[in-house]
Amino acid sequence: MANRIETALRDGVRDARGERIKREIEHFLHLEVEEVRTVDVYTVDADITKDELELAASGPFSDPVIQIWSIDRPLAAGFDFAVEVGFRPGVTDNVGRTAREAVAYLTGRPSAAGEGVYYSVQYLLKGHLSLADIEKITTGLLCNTLIQRYSILAAPDFTEKGGFPASVPKVSGETKAEVREIDLEVSDEELMRISKDGVLALTLDEMKIIQSQYRDPKVLAGRQAFGLGAKPTDVELECLAQTWSEHCKHKIFAGTVQYEDEQGNTQEIKSLFKSFIQRTTKDVRERMGEKDFCLSVFKDNAGVIKFNDKHSLVFKVETHNSPSALDPYGGALTGIVGVNRDPFGTGIGAKLIFNTDVFCFADPFYAKALPSRLLHPRRIYEGVIEGVEHGGNKSGIPTVNGSLVFDDRFAGKPLVFCGTAGFMPAVVNGLPGHEKSIKPGDLIVMTGGRIGKDGIHGATFSSEELNENSPVTAVQIGDPITQKRMFDFLIRARDKGLYRFITDNGAGGLSSSIGEMAGECGGCRMDLAKAPLKYPGLNPWEILISEAQERMSLAVPPEQIDEFLAMALRFGVEATVLGEFTDNGVFHMLYGEETVAWLPMEFMHEGLPPMQLPAKWTPPQHEEPVLKEKADYTGDLQQLLAALNICSKESVVRRYDHEVQGGSVVKPFTGVANDGPSDAAVVRPLLDSFEGVVTAHGICPRFSDIDTYHMTANAVDEALRNYVAVGGSLDLVAGLDNFCWCDPVQSEKTPDGAYKMAQLVRSNQALYDVCMDYNLPLISGKDSMKNDFYDGTTKISIPPTLLFSVIGKIDDARKAVTMDVKRPGDIVYLLGTTADELGGSEYLALLGSVGNKIPKVDTAEAYVRYQAYHGAVNQGTVASCHDLSDGGLAVAAAESAFAGGFGMTLDLSRVLWKGDIAGKSDLVLLFSESASRHLVTVHPEKRAQFEALMGGTCFASVGVVTEGQQFSVTGLNGATVVKADLAELKEAWQQTLREL
Amino acid sequence: MKPTRAIVITGNGTNCEMEAAHACRLGGFDETVIAHIAEILSGEIRLDDFHFLNLTGGFLDGDDLGSAKAQANRLKNAAVAGGQEKLVDQFTRFIADGKLILGVCNGFQLMVKMGMLPGFDGEYLHQTVTLTHNDCGRFQDRWTYLKTDSSSPSIFTRGIDRGLYLPVRHGEGKFLCDSDAMLARIEGEHLAVLRYSDAGYKEATMEFPANPNGSTAAIAALCDPTGRLMGLMPHPEAFVHYTQHPRWTRENLPEEGDGLIFYKNAAEYVGKNLI
Repeated sequence: MANRIETALRDGVRDARGERIKREIEHFLHLEVEEVRTVDVYTVDADITKDELELAASGPFSDPVIQIWSIDRPLAAGFDFAVEVGFRPGVTDNVGRTAREAVAYLTGRPSAAGEGVYYSVQYLLKGHLSLADIEKITTGLLCNTLIQRYSILAAPDFTEKGGFPASVPKVSGETKAEVREIDLEVSDEELMRISKDGVLALTLDEMKIIQSQYRDPKVLAGRQAFGLGAKPTDVELECLAQTWSEHCKHKIFAGTVQYEDEQGNTQEIKSLFKSFIQRTTKDVRERMGEKDFCLSVFKDNAGVIKFNDKHSLVFKVETHNSPSALDPYGGALTGIVGVNRDPFGTGIGAKLIFNTDVFCFADPFYAKALPSRLLHPRRIYEGVIEGVEHGGNKSGIPTVNGSLVFDDRFAGKPLVFCGTAGFMPAVVNGLPGHEKSIKPGDLIVMTGGRIGKDGIHGATFSSEELNENSPVTAVQIGDPITQKRMFDFLIRARDKGLYRFITDNGAGGLSSSIGEMAGECGGCRMDLAKAPLKYPGLNPWEILISEAQERMSLAVPPEQIDEFLAMALRFGVEATVLGEFTDNGVFHMLYGEETVAWLPMEFMHEGLPPMQLPAKWTPPQHEEPVLKEKADYTGDLQQLLAALNICSKESVVRRYDHEVQGGSVVKPFTGVANDGPSDAAVVRPLLDSFEGVVTAHGICPRFSDIDTYHMTANAVDEALRNYVAVGGSLDLVAGLDNFCWCDPVQSEKTPDGAYKMAQLVRSNQALYDVCMDYNLPLISGKDSMKNDFYDGTTKISIPPTLLFSVIGKIDDARKAVTMDVKRPGDIVYLLGTTADELGGSEYLALLGSVGNKIPKVDTAEAYVRYQAYHGAVNQGTVASCHDLSDGGLAVAAAESAFAGGFGMTLDLSRVLWKGDIAGKSDLVLLFSESASRHLVTVHPEKRAQFEALMGGTCFASVGVVTEGQQFSVTGLNGATVVKADLAELKEAWQQTLREL
Repeated sequence: MKPTRAIVITGNGTNCEMEAAHACRLGGFDETVIAHIAEILSGEIRLDDFHFLNLTGGFLDGDDLGSAKAQANRLKNAAVAGGQEKLVDQFTRFIADGKLILGVCNGFQLMVKMGMLPGFDGEYLHQTVTLTHNDCGRFQDRWTYLKTDSSSPSIFTRGIDRGLYLPVRHGEGKFLCDSDAMLARIEGEHLAVLRYSDAGYKEATMEFPANPNGSTAAIAALCDPTGRLMGLMPHPEAFVHYTQHPRWTRENLPEEGDGLIFYKNAAEYVGKNLI
């Protein structure tokens, strides 16, 4: 029988968790609550004595200074309603897992199969609330019913029943090991039903390709030898569905596009990936020649570039959008710990040195109606931020750079970009660290977590739009500690040379990781019955495709396996031999003795013909707003500073450890009060060296409403100008592209597919053009192409979004520059020219319009200036530098001033103008978002040197830093057009998200 | 002469082992070893061979049962392979031998939850104080001013003039005692080595964010009556060079960061007393 151990805070001890829930109930559900207190509940389902239970309760489960405990007796008192929330069966329960381990240490007995400890939280609510209110609080705030279960008891019932009963959310099931055969000799409708009902996300064409494969006599003969018939097994069909999913195969980027531009010119593009992304890298590398620093691009889990002669840098950015829409906390947590495995599983393995996060949400204060199934943006905001907080902080990886981007269309799907950089020795045991190989005969080894039903169909479900029936099992919860233990072990095993190949288990699970590894040597034979399971009852196909987290797949030479397994055991990491790699050209799955899948490797990896994708570009025409000139823009500036896309994100950023590992040089916040927004991050990966890594990003989905070509150009430019601002070197910098699109495949559901596809083509064109001009090789990236919500009536598509991240080097981190003005008397320079380019700006967004005059990037001019500026940084002439982006000059200047704690005067008549003079006005000069501009301050003593170094580029001195606390701007006619105290501006900028 | 030796324990969720080891080396230790807990439990590495033990920051076992609780339980109950000894025996011997232990953040949480601090009357395995959730209910990464108690017996803070500027990075840093008498005794014996204070290190403060967690009496650090065992929530290893300071680009700072003195003092103490 299971026992309940409860722990509660002693009287008089502040319940911070309860207080936070109370605030959230009041703030977001608008219900008055008198008090919320919480009780932790551990349901112990194990063969354990009463004494041992008491030892557990009084020992690891409670803190004697602040808590009391009980066994099988409720502690709750003085409440109106009690709500208990725990996990559903099979959902990762990290606290429960740690509690089970603690019991094992205490008793000295390892826990037996089936024994467990399950964690839940009891919320005790007091106040004038109805049962309906409590239901609302529970489902709206306390419990995500997808992964959690709850029960509610009013105080009288609670007393009568003696509290909640001990309930054990154990997965019940027996080993079925069932393998079904699927008849594909059926009608087209039936084929589609098989795909749809099975969440296979395969199209009719793809189903038919599989159908004809199973008619091939050679295939049938090969199958017969292993006792398989003419029909595919569920293991085979599921495996193909994963391997061929949009998520794993990138069919849209690999497809053949018929593109028609606005002039009616047509062009056939065979694979956007090859034609633009891969070609960018190839062409840039060729031009760099000897200076090429790319080591491994596109072929591994992450890109690798040179850092110095002894070390290499690894970088990858991923998205985890669909899971985060369903379970924001678990989805985002899995996103970050998932992307951690990419650099870790790159080459022979890398140590992880920092994370980056970019989140795109709808307005957290959204007050309109939402389609059912969509969580409120505020809940997504909370959950995602907390998930990534736990994933990053607990893993001990500093989160050094990020953004929050807001647009109400992200209610349809939030975007959760998580990036991780790694650092590896250039040479490991005599071989290049970024390379790895597999030899036939090497053993297939899986390490880390066990396999459960969690994350089944993650790859295929994210290859479709989010809908009413999106599967519950697609959601997983990450476990950073299990992963950390595994990494601690594997990095040591790497240095001892105990394995030959490593890769991550992500989307598609073993089907994908072992499928790809088998491609390295030409085949594999694996026994799914050997895989360690979280609980019995999984069928072979489920074992193969489960995306249960915290697992790496390795190839271990047979002569090293004993040492590898012994070391794993010592480090408390589960490692299991599942089979061996072969060179017979077949992906061969067994369950015990029986063959359950026999798939020729060639068919798996090359069997899919390219998709045919129509694309037609018709430039949108937005209404051009009529802008009234004003005498005073102070109010507009304050409104902009408070806008969601511009305001301070400090309440979020402070929740992320950005300093662990000790290498932080330019932190997310800087300035006199540590609260000015940095443009980029600088990190020293080697504590006894001053060589630094610089990372930054650009993202501007608003521009997609006008033209994705310029959206992309601006995103790449924004990333590079942020990077350059802090002192990043242009000789060693690489880019990563993350495309998040709405479905661009023309269909009944997506009648504007050809337009969305054209947007994708244009984005790729810009990516090539701009990266070529900036000498930016692309080293890795990812696409997520189905970011829509559709419930049959309402469709919400996200704006096409490109996140462009850069990683590079600063030779001496002690020369880094921050964005805060440093001292009165310094001269303010604006580098770059300003044009009438308010289209898609934050200023127009305030007015509710989009406009058409999108900022255009002049790469040739900008690149020369960036190089000159870098020289000026190296010579120590720059006191501060801030990039101009959302909100233009006025916002950037105000931020630099209040971050530095000194006033500033600017004269708009001195700003360099580009284009038709008719468009020049105070408003445009203040708020235009023209690309490639920096606001720099220079000490008067360095003036001549700075100007000489910048010679030949477009820049002008536009103002001065002042002693006082006033920010003021003089307009074109000499009158003051902005005047405000720094404190007022800073308050406007800080108040929006302060309480969140 | 024998080398001075520092050990940094890692594993199960510690995160700051690299920078803690770096700080030990900079501080003057001849040898610094990062030891995985698995290597200690297997008997490969023994605490007896070291003079200075670092329990670093991190999230031991995810802080799943409350910060550092599971590790405290592990250290108390786990046996070292190849003998009769429990791991906790190595700890108590280490303390009895007059050696040094510094617990930072999660390491401080571990020390109080094992009962190693405040360590009155030679009792190092009985918990009387705790560190729990910040009043603001959230993890906080921010820099704090820490006023030093110059009468404290702590060997780590010797020579600190007025105070230190160091980052905190925690969700559970609120210091609480099991009784007023305990607090009075801690304060009376000057064991509350550091307190969150104003920027001038004049007054201890209860105001957020200067006091990031709402600690009783603004206490940020605690030592035992011998001064050889100390725990603190702020991270001294995170500020050993000026480039780690959040405002180094605008202030003229000395090469060395405020936190280095902990490791210099430890190395000096070991050199003079334990070699």
